[in-house]
Amino acid sequence: MDQELKVHSDVICTFCGCLCDDIEVEVLDNRISKVKKACMIGRNKLMHAQSNNPDIKVAGKPASLDAALNEAANILTNARFPLVYGLSSTTTEAQRELVQIAELLDATMDNPSSYCHGPGLMARQQVGLSSCTLGEVKNRADLVIFWGCNPLESHMRHLARYSVSAKGMFHPEGRKGRKIVSIDIRPTPTTKSSDWFIQVTPGNTFEIATLLRALVANNPIGKGDDALVGGVAVSKWRELAEMIRGCKYGVIFFGLGVTQCRGRDINVEQLALLVSDINNHTRFYAMAMRGHGNVAGGNQVMTWQTGYPLAVNFSRGYPRYNPGEFSVIGLLARKEVDAALIVATDPGAHLPADAVDHLKNIPVIYLEPHNNPTTEWAAVVIPVAQAGVAASGTFYRMDNVPLRVKKIVDSDHLSDEEVLKRIKERITHAQNY
Amino acid sequence: MLRIINGKLYDPVNRINGETRDICIRDQKIVEGPLPPETETIDAKGCVVMPGGIEIHSHVAGAKVNNGRILCPEDSADHFRAHTEITRSGCNGIVPTTFMTGYEYARLGYTTLFEAAVPPLKARHAHEELRDTPILDTGCYTVMGNNYLVMKALSEPDEIARIEKLMGVVGWLLNSTKGYAVKIVNPGGVENWKWNRGLIDLDIPVPPFDVTPRMIMTGLAEAADKLKLPHSIHLHTNHLGEPGNMAYTLETMKALSGSRAHFTHLQFHSYDKSKRGGFASGAVSIADYFNSHPEFTCDAGLVVFGPTMTMTADAPMEFKLHQMKGGKWSNLDIEMETGSGVVPVKYQPDVLVNAVQWCLGLELMLLINDPWRVFLSTDHPNAGPFTSYPLLIKLLMDRDFRMSWYERLHPKVREYTSLHELTREYTFEEIAIVTRSGPARALGLKSRGHLGAGADADISIYPLSDDKQKMFSSASYVIKDGRVVVRDGEIKESFSGKALGLELPVKGELAHDLKEYFERYSTVAFSNYRVEEEYTPRLELIRCG
Amino acid sequence: MAGISGLLVTVRTGKQGAEMMRGKMNPEYLEEISTLRINPDDMAEAHMSPGQKVKVSNRFGEIIVTCIASDVPRKLFFLPVGPVANRLVSGSNTDGTGVPAWKGEQVTIEPAHQVQ
Repeated sequence: MDQELKVHSDVICTFCGCLCDDIEVEVLDNRISKVKKACMIGRNKLMHAQSNNPDIKVAGKPASLDAALNEAANILTNARFPLVYGLSSTTTEAQRELVQIAELLDATMDNPSSYCHGPGLMARQQVGLSSCTLGEVKNRADLVIFWGCNPLESHMRHLARYSVSAKGMFHPEGRKGRKIVSIDIRPTPTTKSSDWFIQVTPGNTFEIATLLRALVANNPIGKGDDALVGGVAVSKWRELAEMIRGCKYGVIFFGLGVTQCRGRDINVEQLALLVSDINNHTRFYAMAMRGHGNVAGGNQVMTWQTGYPLAVNFSRGYPRYNPGEFSVIGLLARKEVDAALIVATDPGAHLPADAVDHLKNIPVIYLEPHNNPTTEWAAVVIPVAQAGVAASGTFYRMDNVPLRVKKIVDSDHLSDEEVLKRIKERITHAQNY
Repeated sequence: MLRIINGKLYDPVNRINGETRDICIRDQKIVEGPLPPETETIDAKGCVVMPGGIEIHSHVAGAKVNNGRILCPEDSADHFRAHTEITRSGCNGIVPTTFMTGYEYARLGYTTLFEAAVPPLKARHAHEELRDTPILDTGCYTVMGNNYLVMKALSEPDEIARIEKLMGVVGWLLNSTKGYAVKIVNPGGVENWKWNRGLIDLDIPVPPFDVTPRMIMTGLAEAADKLKLPHSIHLHTNHLGEPGNMAYTLETMKALSGSRAHFTHLQFHSYDKSKRGGFASGAVSIADYFNSHPEFTCDAGLVVFGPTMTMTADAPMEFKLHQMKGGKWSNLDIEMETGSGVVPVKYQPDVLVNAVQWCLGLELMLLINDPWRVFLSTDHPNAGPFTSYPLLIKLLMDRDFRMSWYERLHPKVREYTSLHELTREYTFEEIAIVTRSGPARALGLKSRGHLGAGADADISIYPLSDDKQKMFSSASYVIKDGRVVVRDGEIKESFSGKALGLELPVKGELAHDLKEYFERYSTVAFSNYRVEEEYTPRLELIRCG
Repeated sequence: MAGISGLLVTVRTGKQGAEMMRGKMNPEYLEEISTLRINPDDMAEAHMSPGQKVKVSNRFGEIIVTCIASDVPRKLFFLPVGPVANRLVSGSNTDGTGVPAWKGEQVTIEPAHQVQ
């Protein structure tokens, strides 16, 4: 029997916010057999995309798709305060279905940015943000600051494709044309490949950003050069401020070391205001190192449909926004939710234990391509075709550039979008009869 | 099938000016009657009937619009609607959520809408939002005035190769983005901003290709004409918002005279300079030149007092605005293409500059003689929200009402403007032209903007009233594709409108060296750049030429 | 009493990401997310040795992990993100932001006397 080999080029990896779109994938008889150019994480994601799929389950037992869909609609329409959650690693087409389902159910809806880069979004609501696309960094940036992030371990091709060694239009020499600074609390592979590693004490992002704002603006700071801010002497921060003022096109990439620490959103506010202040002297930008494939898309979809990027409640029939009150982790820790529809994220692995413990006590409908801690206990498990492998659709890169991920293999399973449409139909039917 | 009887029709294309006539509709089109007697009939007695409104310039979908939504959640928190059996929920403040955009425009009687500025790299985002903007047929303008491939093509020394390459780029960009028109925003100026260079002028070369704004505008105008695009270049000139920019706008018009060109939100580009260097109205000079150049069209960009949000691809202008007023500011540079900025603002009648701007916009609409060439707009949301159109219509039609506003305006405004001297009042026919028939013609939409047989059955029916604002606020009926979508200001049916694209005469091939250049410096693979068919499910192609 | 207190900082690691993609139920994933990075001086102060099983606890729970010496500041303990670390993080501690203290929960570390 002939084995059919297909070679797909310019495939888009959906693991992290880099959305590298130069991946080569060989598919032999509908199985991914080789992956080229991806980083270690991306290669694993693609090579293992088709294995380890859960069975359709209701209450832990194998079930038909119809039975699972009916049970899902039944659970959700009978819930008094359901949660619709996830959106991380699926297409915007599926995310749009989720918003409509949340609206139909008068549910509360949230996504993982809520506890990751949500603070950055909240800061944007307060003060705005000056940002750029990754190609601007590649082509123009002569100063790159990694603040509270470690892309060599979390976004492995970021430096090569976009931010450091990429050969850009105005930096054909790549790495040599740029100054790279890392601000972090401990050495990492990223700090080690920087020109300057500024090791700071934890929880002081706010103070550091405020100080830098004053130094960039040449305002008096009331501290001597030897005084420590964030564990680092003012004289060093002054040096950084000089570097910032003297650059032509500077970019701060900030990660969870900024957003999740003491201060949360007000850290990012100060950072955003710093960037804004620097623009009085030169061109300067900041970008959030969005973690998963389409978290950015989830925020975009929720915003254009509801007005808000996360933590939205529909109990009154219209969208209301309140981080903290409607954030997924708070809702679960306070045990306010009585059922959940979860798609394209793994709460069993990623949420705090008390939140997970509550999820284990309520019926959870779970759409997911692979076995994982959540598929072990969710009341209804529906395997889905993995986006970017067996289902196509739109993903937004960390700089919010939308790309269309491809379908390169066939799957026995429906896509998230298709499953959600069926659940939506059943919910509408149940509500009308 | 549907029939509308007893309405007073305003169909300027077919020279019907208030006569009572019937309209017959079958299979989504207006047809010659008669229809069977049992046909569903709408009695439009006491109503004015016009073709559905056509929005020629608005910012409603895409990256910078969504940035605007994120920037001002407080606006959404104050303006919201619960979902109904027919409508989705959402927020309808200054920058409505997408479902609300569709419903609000439909309630005003609009049936076609163009998103005014889409950066090619993020075109999918605009299309996704337009797919979630119900009822209206939609299209978008592709931003090209700071595009690297455009500028590189323009830097080609050989004249024939230059225009050939440029036509290839323009065709390829329109094709790749499913765009409807060539949009130019602060040509060269946005690129200058990225180099931290301030001075922009018609003949100052812009790095890195050393092409000038004049070359960019005239080159793209020539390409648009040679490609026989239904709409001319859609131009937001340099120096928006600066006192004295009237002189520059006139120079720009001279540079383009003889070519088709659409000057957008002209109010922002028509400032004379007062003796002390402040703002004065330059509407008289601009209108004068404009009146003698039938090859030009424009939309007014009328100011509306109250809070609103500026959002444009003109990043340096937004930054300057932010520096001047403080407060929130969002910016996004887009590689090899353009930029964008968002700054919330408030126009106040007792602030002299704002009062001058308000008068200026109205002056333009009253001083430009030919309603077929000047269209109603607020550059939504930059000068004001589109939901103010009924108020603006009343200001144009009712001089007494217009003059009553002078109580609120800054007392010195008459020194810098001439609106108080103008007595012209718009007629219904003229309103129909500046909000539907005129835009349809400028956009090359032959089956829209009129009520003759063969037209799309997109019709608005307004209850006659002495209060023109009340009349146009809430249509009695709006018909889209022959279906009643609005009844007495309420949405009765919602569905997806069509996406309007271009059937280009040429395939739009990038020259080899340009493709290579793209592949080396873009962060997106060439094969992943083009917007796929899936983003425009109900695509209607308008032929070029 | 042996033991040391400080802040638990949860982080991404390349290995955690790679193993997550190979399968979250695999032993390699569990091993990586149960590997605690600790300063050698801290280790000495707590009478622990590299490769040893240790108990990390706080008011929310306790976990058993393996410690390794690492170039990290004193009193900061690094563990890859995941269900092991999450036993020590709580949704009740977000200061109303919806973001728990992923990078700053107080914990105590001591040698584990029972091997699990």
